[in-house]
Amino acid sequence: MKPTEILFYALTAITLLSASFVVTARNPIHSVLALILTFFCLSGHYILLNAQFLAAVNIIVYAGAIMVLFLFVIMFLNMKTEDEESKTTITKLAAVIVGGVLLVVMVAVFRAASMATYNPSTYSAKVGLVENLGLVLYRDYLLPFELASVLLLVAMVGAVMLGKREPGDRHY
Amino acid sequence: MELTELIIKGILIVVLFGVTLLIAMYSTWAERKVAGFIQDRFGPNRAGPGGIFQPLADAGKMFFKEDFIPSQANKWLFILGPCLAILTALMSSAVIPFGESIRYEDLLIPVQGVEINIGILYVFGVVSLGVYGLMVGGWASNNKFSLLGAIRAASQNISYEIGFGLSIIAILMMTGSLSIRAIVEQQHGFAWNLFNQPLGFIIFLTCAFAECNRTPFDLPECETELVGGYHTEYSSMKLGFYLFAEYINMFVSSAIIASLYFGGYNYPGMDWVRETLTGSLGAATGHNLATLVGTIVLFGKIFFFIFFFMWVRWTLPRFRYDQLMNLGWKTFIPLSILNVVVTGFGLLYDVKYASWAIVIVMVIMAMVSSARAPKPAVQPQRT
Repeated sequence: MKPTEILFYALTAITLLSASFVVTARNPIHSVLALILTFFCLSGHYILLNAQFLAAVNIIVYAGAIMVLFLFVIMFLNMKTEDEESKTTITKLAAVIVGGVLLVVMVAVFRAASMATYNPSTYSAKVGLVENLGLVLYRDYLLPFELASVLLLVAMVGAVMLGKREPGDRHY
Repeated sequence: MELTELIIKGILIVVLFGVTLLIAMYSTWAERKVAGFIQDRFGPNRAGPGGIFQPLADAGKMFFKEDFIPSQANKWLFILGPCLAILTALMSSAVIPFGESIRYEDLLIPVQGVEINIGILYVFGVVSLGVYGLMVGGWASNNKFSLLGAIRAASQNISYEIGFGLSIIAILMMTGSLSIRAIVEQQHGFAWNLFNQPLGFIIFLTCAFAECNRTPFDLPECETELVGGYHTEYSSMKLGFYLFAEYINMFVSSAIIASLYFGGYNYPGMDWVRETLTGSLGAATGHNLATLVGTIVLFGKIFFFIFFFMWVRWTLPRFRYDQLMNLGWKTFIPLSILNVVVTGFGLLYDVKYASWAIVIVMVIMAMVSSARAPKPAVQPQRT
């Protein structure tokens, strides 16, 4: 086996193990930490695909910012006692149905999707680097890119509006 | 990659790693000496001449103290916290270019751990991970003060990362590259980014203080409010790791400030030095000596910034927490966005020093507002 293949299989094993630990862990903090490990392994996969920019952005945005906020909220909530009464039979059943439907959708999508082929003689190894990514985003996909940025801006303004203290609110 | 190149690279990485640890170790001694100088006392002067063996004595003490884990603490996470802190601190120095290149026969090997074309994003990602060490350790201690310290550290780091990132963007717009080596190479000679980006430099410097949890932003370990902050429950070398990580972070951020804004290993007259050395000593030796001079210049800049960190620590008092948040969100983020916009206009109309306009306007506004502010009445001293 080539070294990259060994790396790929090791990374995949760690990814799957940590991802299943996210679901099975009893303690929410452990679950969040396992999720961070999962994001790391995904970044490792991006690096194996020679997409360094995507790997770095994945770590900065997900592991560095969003998961810190998750951890932050969980620490504040202090969920040490098992909150069993909220998990009634109906919620469990609904969760199973939703999860199963999601699985069916994903399997259907992956079965229908066709793998893009590449030509090894003309393939450039620099396709995933930041210069090429920027050219593709700003040349071929300019409108979707700008629309996505507008969407993010709207979400940010909405979050600020929700978090703003009204005149009559209690001062914490 | 050839074997000789691999061996030289390996030696280089080990040396850079060792130098990072050595400088972090002697920063603790330097900090106490600087504190002593500023407060008009001696500082450590018992262990060896001028207290030079003080870091070794401190390390010995740290290792031999009782390694205590509170009974209600989450044991594995309690151990994981300091490990994460020191791991992320040590990771970030890998991409900093400490010098131009070493010439061995026909090989040119850059003096750098690893050259990746997204170097600054790598540093940014590792810095944003640094907060996990503090958060995990603070939460696992099962102590309210530790938890409060950890939460303060997390919110402070997230808030200041935004200003940090936006101030880098102006630099990236001017150089057009994410690689730290490319950014340093564009500042050849005396064309340092400081002269184009004065505002970005000030924002970056202040955010670096906040990211390192240094005074005046050391709210996470504010002893008047939180006992010891996130490391209240820690003892022995686990505490040592937390403190050591802070000094490594200080070294790394000094190196990054020096590389991004102060030209890294560039200095005025470097071409002349290189030509003279290669002319008199031959191509290989002269080239290596010129590289060494550049590296020494870079370390001089780094030591200046480490001294600056200490100078500020022993001069300024700590901010209040709401002041810290207001400074981060309401001052630095709008200012750095303004800096990005003005730099963009400057690039569009080919005005290199556009960023100075903001600085001049801000200085004039500050002078006007301080001149128009009512003078505080002199309070008679109460007896």
